[in-house]
Amino acid sequence: MNTWIAIGATALGCYVVKLAGLLVPAGVLERPLVRRLAALLPVALLAALTAQQTFADGHTLVLDARAAGLAAAAVAVVLRAPFLLVVAAAVVVTAGVRALGG
Amino acid sequence: MTGPDGARRPDRAVVRDALGVGIAVGLSGFAFGVTSAGSGLSVWQTCALSLLVFTGASQFALVGALAAGGNPLTAAAGAFFLGVRNAFYGLRLSQLLALPRFLRPFAAQWVIDETTAVALAQTDRRGVRLGFAVTGLSLYVLWNLTTLLGALGAEAIGDTDAWGLDAAGPAVFLALLAPMLKSGTERTVAGCAVLLGLGLLPVLPAGVPVLVAALAAPAVLWAQGVRRGRDGATRERRPAGGAVDRQGEPRAEAAQAHDDEDGDHR
Repeated sequence: MNTWIAIGATALGCYVVKLAGLLVPAGVLERPLVRRLAALLPVALLAALTAQQTFADGHTLVLDARAAGLAAAAVAVVLRAPFLLVVAAAVVVTAGVRALGG
Repeated sequence: MTGPDGARRPDRAVVRDALGVGIAVGLSGFAFGVTSAGSGLSVWQTCALSLLVFTGASQFALVGALAAGGNPLTAAAGAFFLGVRNAFYGLRLSQLLALPRFLRPFAAQWVIDETTAVALAQTDRRGVRLGFAVTGLSLYVLWNLTTLLGALGAEAIGDTDAWGLDAAGPAVFLALLAPMLKSGTERTVAGCAVLLGLGLLPVLPAGVPVLVAALAAPAVLWAQGVRRGRDGATRERRPAGGAVDRQGEPRAEAAQAHDDEDGDHR
Protein backbone atom coordinates (compact mmCIF):
# COMPACT_ATOMS: atom_id res chain seq x y z
CA MET A 1 0.00 0.00 0.00
CA ASN A 2 2.80 2.40 0.92
CA THR A 3 4.32 1.86 -2.49
CA TRP A 4 1.05 2.78 -4.22
CA ILE A 5 0.82 5.95 -2.09
CA ALA A 6 4.32 6.91 -3.20
CA ILE A 7 3.48 6.14 -6.84
CA GLY A 8 0.27 8.17 -6.69
CA ALA A 9 1.92 11.17 -5.02
CA THR A 10 4.81 11.15 -7.49
CA ALA A 11 2.55 10.77 -10.53
CA LEU A 12 0.30 13.60 -9.40
CA GLY A 13 3.15 15.92 -8.45
CA CYS A 14 5.13 15.31 -11.63
CA TYR A 15 2.08 15.80 -13.85
CA VAL A 16 1.09 19.02 -12.12
CA VAL A 17 4.53 20.61 -12.61
CA LYS A 18 4.58 19.58 -16.29
CA LEU A 19 1.13 21.10 -16.83
CA ALA A 20 1.98 24.21 -14.82
CA GLY A 21 4.79 25.03 -17.26
CA LEU A 22 2.36 24.94 -20.18
CA LEU A 23 -0.37 26.93 -18.42
CA VAL A 24 1.18 29.64 -16.27
CA PRO A 25 1.96 33.04 -17.81
CA ALA A 26 5.64 33.29 -18.72
CA GLY A 27 6.44 36.12 -16.32
CA VAL A 28 5.83 34.07 -13.19
CA LEU A 29 8.69 31.60 -13.62
CA GLU A 30 10.96 33.64 -15.85
CA ARG A 31 12.71 35.45 -12.99
CA PRO A 32 16.46 34.75 -13.36
CA LEU A 33 16.92 33.60 -9.77
CA VAL A 34 14.02 31.14 -9.99
CA ARG A 35 15.29 29.73 -13.28
CA ARG A 36 18.81 29.45 -11.92
CA LEU A 37 17.59 27.57 -8.88
CA ALA A 38 15.48 25.24 -11.01
CA ALA A 39 18.55 24.41 -13.11
CA LEU A 40 20.70 23.71 -10.05
CA LEU A 41 18.19 21.59 -8.10
CA PRO A 42 18.54 18.54 -10.37
CA VAL A 43 22.34 18.87 -10.19
CA ALA A 44 22.23 18.63 -6.39
CA LEU A 45 19.66 15.82 -6.35
CA LEU A 46 21.35 13.72 -9.04
CA ALA A 47 24.78 14.09 -7.41
CA ALA A 48 23.46 13.04 -4.00
CA LEU A 49 21.50 10.13 -5.50
CA THR A 50 24.48 8.90 -7.52
CA ALA A 51 26.69 8.90 -4.42
CA GLN A 52 24.10 7.29 -2.16
CA GLN A 53 23.09 4.52 -4.51
CA THR A 54 26.77 3.70 -5.04
CA PHE A 55 28.05 3.79 -1.48
CA ALA A 56 25.03 3.23 0.77
CA ASP A 57 23.96 -0.04 2.32
CA GLY A 58 21.01 0.89 4.52
CA HIS A 59 22.40 3.46 6.94
CA THR A 60 26.06 2.56 6.49
CA LEU A 61 28.57 3.59 3.86
CA VAL A 62 30.32 0.74 2.06
CA LEU A 63 32.82 0.35 -0.76
CA ASP A 64 31.76 -2.60 -2.91
CA ALA A 65 31.47 -3.74 -6.53
CA ARG A 66 29.07 -0.88 -7.32
CA ALA A 67 31.95 1.62 -6.93
CA ALA A 68 33.89 -0.20 -9.65
CA GLY A 69 30.76 -0.20 -11.82
CA LEU A 70 30.27 3.53 -11.34
CA ALA A 71 33.93 4.17 -12.18
CA ALA A 72 33.39 2.28 -15.45
CA ALA A 73 30.29 4.38 -16.13
CA ALA A 74 32.33 7.54 -15.47
CA VAL A 75 34.94 6.43 -18.01
CA ALA A 76 32.14 5.77 -20.52
CA VAL A 77 30.71 9.26 -19.87
CA VAL A 78 34.11 10.87 -20.41
CA LEU A 79 34.44 8.93 -23.69
CA ARG A 80 31.01 10.30 -24.70
CA ALA A 81 29.49 6.84 -24.97
CA PRO A 82 25.73 6.69 -25.60
CA PHE A 83 23.40 6.51 -22.62
CA LEU A 84 22.71 2.78 -22.82
CA LEU A 85 26.42 1.95 -23.07
CA VAL A 86 27.13 3.98 -19.91
CA VAL A 87 24.56 1.96 -18.00
CA ALA A 88 25.76 -1.32 -19.53
CA ALA A 89 29.36 -0.58 -18.52
CA ALA A 90 28.32 -0.11 -14.89
CA VAL A 91 26.23 -3.28 -14.86
CA VAL A 92 28.83 -5.50 -16.53
CA VAL A 93 31.75 -4.30 -14.39
CA THR A 94 29.72 -4.59 -11.17
CA ALA A 95 28.66 -8.12 -12.06
CA GLY A 96 32.22 -9.01 -13.05
CA VAL A 97 33.75 -7.73 -9.80
CA ARG A 98 31.10 -9.61 -7.79
CA ALA A 99 31.74 -12.81 -9.73
CA LEU A 100 35.50 -12.53 -9.15
CA GLY A 101 35.01 -11.73 -5.49
CA GLY A 102 33.01 -14.95 -5.08
CA MET B 1 20.67 21.73 -38.08
CA THR B 2 19.37 25.03 -39.41
CA GLY B 3 19.12 25.19 -43.19
CA PRO B 4 20.51 28.10 -45.21
CA ASP B 5 18.97 31.42 -44.11
CA GLY B 6 17.18 29.55 -41.33
CA ALA B 7 14.96 27.90 -43.94
CA ARG B 8 12.44 25.45 -42.65
CA ARG B 9 13.66 21.88 -42.31
CA PRO B 10 11.89 19.19 -44.29
CA ASP B 11 9.46 17.12 -42.23
CA ARG B 12 11.48 14.01 -42.99
CA ALA B 13 14.58 15.42 -41.27
CA VAL B 14 12.56 16.43 -38.21
CA VAL B 15 10.96 12.99 -37.96
CA ARG B 16 14.36 11.30 -38.33
CA ASP B 17 15.85 13.34 -35.45
CA ALA B 18 12.79 12.77 -33.30
CA LEU B 19 12.74 9.02 -33.88
CA GLY B 20 16.48 8.80 -33.21
CA VAL B 21 16.05 10.32 -29.76
CA GLY B 22 12.75 8.56 -29.06
CA ILE B 23 14.09 5.11 -29.88
CA ALA B 24 17.49 5.46 -28.18
CA VAL B 25 16.04 6.79 -24.94
CA GLY B 26 12.88 4.70 -25.16
CA LEU B 27 14.98 1.56 -25.02
CA SER B 28 16.44 2.56 -21.66
CA GLY B 29 13.02 1.93 -20.14
CA PHE B 30 14.42 -1.60 -19.97
CA ALA B 31 16.99 -0.45 -17.38
CA PHE B 32 14.19 1.15 -15.39
CA GLY B 33 11.98 -1.94 -15.50
CA VAL B 34 14.82 -4.15 -14.28
CA THR B 35 15.89 -1.72 -11.55
CA SER B 36 12.34 -1.17 -10.31
CA ALA B 37 11.43 -4.86 -10.18
CA GLY B 38 14.83 -5.60 -8.66
CA SER B 39 14.07 -3.03 -5.94
CA GLY B 40 11.02 -5.01 -4.92
CA LEU B 41 8.21 -3.26 -6.82
CA SER B 42 5.69 -5.46 -8.61
CA VAL B 43 5.34 -5.51 -12.39
CA TRP B 44 2.11 -3.50 -12.09
CA GLN B 45 3.71 -0.87 -9.87
CA THR B 46 6.68 -0.61 -12.21
CA CYS B 47 4.45 -0.15 -15.27
CA ALA B 48 2.23 2.35 -13.43
CA LEU B 49 5.30 4.51 -12.79
CA SER B 50 6.32 4.58 -16.45
CA LEU B 51 2.75 5.22 -17.63
CA LEU B 52 1.83 7.88 -15.07
CA VAL B 53 5.06 9.54 -13.97
CA PHE B 54 6.95 9.31 -17.29
CA THR B 55 10.06 11.25 -16.33
CA GLY B 56 13.02 8.93 -15.98
CA ALA B 57 15.12 10.50 -13.23
CA SER B 58 12.11 10.83 -10.90
CA GLN B 59 11.16 7.20 -11.52
CA PHE B 60 14.65 5.91 -10.71
CA ALA B 61 14.83 8.16 -7.63
CA LEU B 62 11.51 6.91 -6.32
CA VAL B 63 12.29 3.20 -6.60
CA GLY B 64 15.74 3.79 -5.11
CA ALA B 65 14.28 5.61 -2.11
CA LEU B 66 11.59 2.96 -1.60
CA ALA B 67 14.18 0.18 -1.81
CA ALA B 68 16.24 1.96 0.86
CA GLY B 69 13.21 1.80 3.15
CA GLY B 70 12.21 5.44 2.86
CA ASN B 71 8.84 6.77 3.96
CA PRO B 72 6.56 6.91 0.86
CA LEU B 73 6.03 10.67 1.03
CA THR B 74 9.73 11.40 1.60
CA ALA B 75 10.52 9.20 -1.39
CA ALA B 76 7.86 10.97 -3.47
CA ALA B 77 9.24 14.38 -2.44
CA GLY B 78 12.70 13.56 -3.82
CA ALA B 79 11.16 12.35 -7.09
CA PHE B 80 8.94 15.43 -7.26
CA PHE B 81 11.83 17.89 -6.85
CA LEU B 82 13.65 16.15 -9.70
CA GLY B 83 10.55 16.63 -11.85
CA VAL B 84 10.30 20.37 -11.18
CA ARG B 85 12.66 21.10 -14.08
CA ASN B 86 9.91 19.97 -16.47
CA ALA B 87 7.86 23.06 -15.51
CA PHE B 88 10.61 25.20 -17.01
CA TYR B 89 10.69 23.11 -20.17
CA GLY B 90 6.93 23.55 -20.43
CA LEU B 91 7.32 27.28 -20.12
CA ARG B 92 9.58 27.45 -23.18
CA LEU B 93 7.55 24.89 -25.11
CA SER B 94 4.24 26.62 -24.53
CA GLN B 95 5.50 29.68 -26.43
CA LEU B 96 6.91 27.57 -29.28
CA LEU B 97 4.08 25.06 -29.61
CA ALA B 98 1.30 27.62 -29.11
CA LEU B 99 -1.19 24.84 -28.42
CA PRO B 100 -4.90 25.52 -27.91
CA ARG B 101 -5.72 25.40 -24.19
CA PHE B 102 -7.80 22.22 -24.40
CA LEU B 103 -4.83 20.30 -25.85
CA ARG B 104 -2.37 21.33 -23.15
CA PRO B 105 -3.44 18.80 -20.48
CA PHE B 106 -2.75 16.04 -23.03
CA ALA B 107 0.57 17.42 -24.24
CA ALA B 108 1.77 17.97 -20.66
CA GLN B 109 2.66 14.33 -19.99
CA TRP B 110 5.27 14.48 -22.77
CA VAL B 111 7.02 17.59 -21.47
CA ILE B 112 10.40 16.07 -20.57
CA ASP B 113 14.12 16.50 -21.31
CA GLU B 114 14.14 14.72 -24.66
CA THR B 115 11.01 16.19 -26.26
CA THR B 116 12.18 19.66 -25.21
CA ALA B 117 15.62 19.11 -26.70
CA VAL B 118 14.21 17.99 -30.06
CA ALA B 119 11.51 20.68 -30.19
CA LEU B 120 13.94 23.51 -29.34
CA ALA B 121 16.26 22.41 -32.13
CA GLN B 122 13.63 23.10 -34.82
CA THR B 123 13.38 26.29 -36.81
CA ASP B 124 9.65 26.90 -37.21
CA ARG B 125 6.36 26.12 -35.48
CA ARG B 126 5.48 23.20 -37.73
CA GLY B 127 8.88 21.62 -37.04
CA VAL B 128 8.57 22.25 -33.31
CA ARG B 129 5.13 20.63 -33.17
CA LEU B 130 6.17 17.69 -35.34
CA GLY B 131 9.42 17.13 -33.40
CA PHE B 132 7.60 17.30 -30.06
CA ALA B 133 4.81 14.94 -31.14
CA VAL B 134 6.99 12.31 -32.82
CA THR B 135 9.57 12.28 -29.99
CA GLY B 136 6.81 12.19 -27.38
CA LEU B 137 4.86 9.38 -29.02
CA SER B 138 7.81 7.13 -29.90
CA LEU B 139 9.43 7.63 -26.52
CA TYR B 140 6.20 7.09 -24.56
CA VAL B 141 5.32 3.88 -26.39
CA LEU B 142 8.83 2.39 -26.28
CA TRP B 143 9.60 3.47 -22.72
CA ASN B 144 6.46 1.72 -21.47
CA LEU B 145 7.01 -1.42 -23.55
CA THR B 146 10.62 -1.80 -22.46
CA THR B 147 9.66 -1.07 -18.84
CA LEU B 148 7.29 -4.03 -18.96
CA LEU B 149 9.90 -6.27 -20.58
CA GLY B 150 12.53 -5.21 -18.05
CA ALA B 151 10.22 -5.85 -15.10
CA LEU B 152 9.25 -9.29 -16.44
CA GLY B 153 12.92 -10.05 -17.17
CA ALA B 154 13.97 -9.09 -13.64
CA GLU B 155 11.34 -11.38 -12.15
CA ALA B 156 12.58 -14.19 -14.38
CA ILE B 157 16.26 -13.90 -13.44
CA GLY B 158 15.61 -13.50 -9.72
CA ASP B 159 18.65 -12.04 -7.92
CA THR B 160 19.26 -8.86 -9.95
CA ASP B 161 22.19 -7.82 -7.73
CA ALA B 162 24.19 -10.86 -8.85
CA TRP B 163 23.93 -9.46 -12.38
CA GLY B 164 25.18 -6.06 -11.26
CA LEU B 165 21.81 -4.50 -12.04
CA ASP B 166 21.82 -2.49 -8.81
CA ALA B 167 24.53 -0.38 -10.47
CA ALA B 168 22.16 0.67 -13.28
CA GLY B 169 20.40 3.31 -11.12
CA PRO B 170 23.50 5.29 -10.11
CA ALA B 171 24.90 4.97 -13.65
CA VAL B 172 21.69 6.50 -15.04
CA PHE B 173 21.97 9.39 -12.56
CA LEU B 174 25.61 9.92 -13.51
CA ALA B 175 24.79 9.95 -17.22
CA LEU B 176 22.05 12.53 -16.63
CA LEU B 177 24.25 14.60 -14.31
CA ALA B 178 27.43 14.78 -16.42
CA PRO B 179 26.15 17.13 -19.15
CA MET B 180 24.79 19.49 -16.47
CA LEU B 181 28.23 20.06 -14.90
CA LYS B 182 29.02 22.96 -17.21
CA SER B 183 30.60 25.50 -14.88
CA GLY B 184 32.21 25.78 -11.47
CA THR B 185 28.84 26.59 -9.91
CA GLU B 186 27.32 23.28 -11.00
CA ARG B 187 30.38 21.35 -9.85
CA THR B 188 30.38 23.10 -6.47
CA VAL B 189 26.69 22.29 -6.00
CA ALA B 190 27.29 18.65 -6.98
CA GLY B 191 30.26 18.34 -4.62
CA CYS B 192 28.35 19.83 -1.67
CA ALA B 193 25.35 17.60 -2.42
CA VAL B 194 27.52 14.46 -2.43
CA LEU B 195 29.05 15.41 0.93
CA LEU B 196 25.63 16.17 2.44
CA GLY B 197 24.01 13.08 0.98
CA LEU B 198 26.69 10.71 2.22
CA GLY B 199 27.49 12.53 5.48
CA LEU B 200 23.90 12.60 6.69
CA LEU B 201 23.07 9.06 5.56
CA PRO B 202 23.99 7.38 8.87
CA VAL B 203 22.05 9.85 11.02
CA LEU B 204 18.82 10.75 9.18
CA PRO B 205 15.87 8.55 8.09
CA ALA B 206 16.12 7.04 4.59
CA GLY B 207 15.27 9.49 1.81
CA VAL B 208 15.76 12.60 3.96
CA PRO B 209 19.50 13.11 3.29
CA VAL B 210 18.77 13.55 -0.45
CA LEU B 211 16.23 16.27 0.33
CA VAL B 212 18.74 18.03 2.60
CA ALA B 213 21.39 17.68 -0.11
CA ALA B 214 19.07 19.58 -2.48
CA LEU B 215 19.66 22.61 -0.24
CA ALA B 216 23.18 22.76 -1.71
CA ALA B 217 21.59 24.51 -4.73
CA PRO B 218 20.11 27.55 -2.92
CA ALA B 219 23.09 27.62 -0.52
CA VAL B 220 25.65 27.91 -3.32
CA LEU B 221 23.52 30.49 -5.15
CA TRP B 222 23.22 32.51 -1.96
CA ALA B 223 26.98 32.30 -1.30
CA GLN B 224 27.62 33.49 -4.86
CA GLY B 225 25.19 36.33 -4.41
CA VAL B 226 26.95 37.45 -1.25
CA ARG B 227 30.35 37.27 -2.94
CA ARG B 228 29.13 39.08 -6.03
CA GLY B 229 27.48 41.73 -3.87
CA ARG B 230 30.82 42.32 -2.18
CA ASP B 231 32.81 42.41 -5.44
CA GLY B 232 30.23 44.54 -7.17
CA ALA B 233 30.03 47.18 -4.43
CA THR B 234 32.38 49.49 -6.32
CA ARG B 235 30.99 48.63 -9.76
CA GLU B 236 27.60 49.21 -11.25
CA ARG B 237 24.92 46.91 -9.89
CA ARG B 238 23.78 44.00 -12.04
CA PRO B 239 20.44 42.27 -11.79
CA ALA B 240 20.72 39.24 -9.48
CA GLY B 241 22.02 36.16 -11.26
CA GLY B 242 22.22 38.02 -14.58
CA ALA B 243 25.83 37.16 -15.31
CA VAL B 244 25.37 33.42 -15.02
CA ASP B 245 21.81 33.27 -16.16
CA ARG B 246 22.29 31.95 -19.68
CA GLN B 247 24.27 28.87 -18.72
CA GLY B 248 21.77 28.09 -16.04
CA GLU B 249 18.96 27.55 -18.47
CA PRO B 250 17.50 24.09 -17.86
CA ARG B 251 17.83 22.22 -21.08
CA ALA B 252 18.91 18.88 -22.37
CA GLU B 253 22.15 18.24 -24.17
CA ALA B 254 20.84 18.09 -27.70
CA ALA B 255 19.40 21.57 -27.46
CA GLN B 256 22.78 23.12 -26.85
CA ALA B 257 23.57 23.57 -30.50
CA HIS B 258 20.64 25.93 -30.48
CA ASP B 259 22.22 28.25 -27.93
CA ASP B 260 23.18 30.92 -30.43
CA GLU B 261 19.61 31.42 -31.45
CA ASP B 262 18.43 31.59 -27.89
CA GLY B 263 17.00 35.05 -28.25
CA ASP B 264 14.56 33.96 -30.94
CA HIS B 265 12.33 32.14 -28.56
CA ARG B 266 12.09 34.49 -25.65
